[in-house]
Amino acid sequence: MTAPLPVPGTPAVPVLALGNILLVTLQGDLHDGMAEQLQQDITERIAHSAADGLVIDVSGVDIVDSFLGRVIAEIAASARLMAARTVLCGMRPAVAITLVELGLTLPGLETVLDAARALELFAQAPSGAGPDRSEGGT
Amino acid sequence: MQVPEQAGADSAAHGLADFLERRREQLAQRWADGPLFRTVFTVSRDEAVEACKAVVDALSEVASTGRLESVGAPGFGEVREQLGRMAASRAGRGFTPAQIADEAAGLRTAAVELLRDETEDRPDDEARDVLLALTVLMGTLRLVIMETTVSAGEELIARQQLQLLEVATPVISLWEGVIAVPLIGTLDSARSQVVMESLLQAIVEQRARYAILDITGVPTVDSLVAQHLMKTVAAARLMGAECVVSGIRPAIAQTIVHLGIDLSSVLTRSSLADALAYALSRQGIEVSQRAAGANPR
Repeated sequence: MTAPLPVPGTPAVPVLALGNILLVTLQGDLHDGMAEQLQQDITERIAHSAADGLVIDVSGVDIVDSFLGRVIAEIAASARLMAARTVLCGMRPAVAITLVELGLTLPGLETVLDAARALELFAQAPSGAGPDRSEGGT
Repeated sequence: MQVPEQAGADSAAHGLADFLERRREQLAQRWADGPLFRTVFTVSRDEAVEACKAVVDALSEVASTGRLESVGAPGFGEVREQLGRMAASRAGRGFTPAQIADEAAGLRTAAVELLRDETEDRPDDEARDVLLALTVLMGTLRLVIMETTVSAGEELIARQQLQLLEVATPVISLWEGVIAVPLIGTLDSARSQVVMESLLQAIVEQRARYAILDITGVPTVDSLVAQHLMKTVAAARLMGAECVVSGIRPAIAQTIVHLGIDLSSVLTRSSLADALAYALSRQGIEVSQRAAGANPR
């Protein structure tokens, strides 16, 4: 199966590298072509770099439909196959309610409040989720 | 046959409108002494008379348009609010709608007496028609009063339901990063929606890592309530907070098992204290008793 060629003029979703972590910020509408392109970009970046973590920031997304839910789940699954841990962050309350009502609870995907928390998580336990996510709470 | 009857009814209605305009002052004076107006306008009698005049004007306007039986006649529009206020005030004193209707019927008696005095010397068909028209019109007024009474009650119920929603779902901050929602009363779809929204909002605002749903005050749990709980837990997880359900009473635990509801995806603790202890230990916070003799800070 060959990936479709990117439509000329389609803005690609930027993938930022922060050390060993890749940061993807989704914003607004993500249509089919962009989603395919993004999936390809991410898997290649993971393969060609030492990245072991992927943070998907959805704080700029107002509307999540079943398509976007599936794209996120697929990205996470392929990242996991390449030994990178995926953390989803920045979901808005309205989006969370919509996803739950749609029955898309994104099982098996780690979720945190915002990007800062996601980076914190990687800083504490670089190799997978540890049982003791201990941090000074006071 | 129909045309003369219609014409007769129209002339009776116009006769009634004339009568109401002519006797506006006397009628208002009589009504102002009746219990319905007197007990609402307690400050001054003049005010009651003014209110009565407004009602009489409305009635004569309705009579002149000939729509005696129409509750929605435009003439009633102006006095509707005033009547509603009166009805609400009577209802506030513990009067039932039936009693308010009886008082409204008292208005008719006064009007009929006045009309009788006027037409005593000419007991012809026309006088009888006007009397009939008056009776119909007063019946309509009574309906309007009843309608405003009922709608005032409905508004009250709707307002209180809204207040109940707000009052019944507080989100409490138990510790830094730990919030709790003590649920009290029956959980229906509307309420669980409010709970979910306010919980998620609080997670964002307080940057909470742990959210505790305490259902000690929920009397019954059926499959719908369990579904709502699981949805709330899933939504909180998507926001990056771990959800703990606490306060499941023995009877409710048995019901859940008997109904075959799978709550295995939901973390549970028996009491709010246990849930808080769990959240604290997960954050690496230890609460211990001070050693004997140590100085209190």
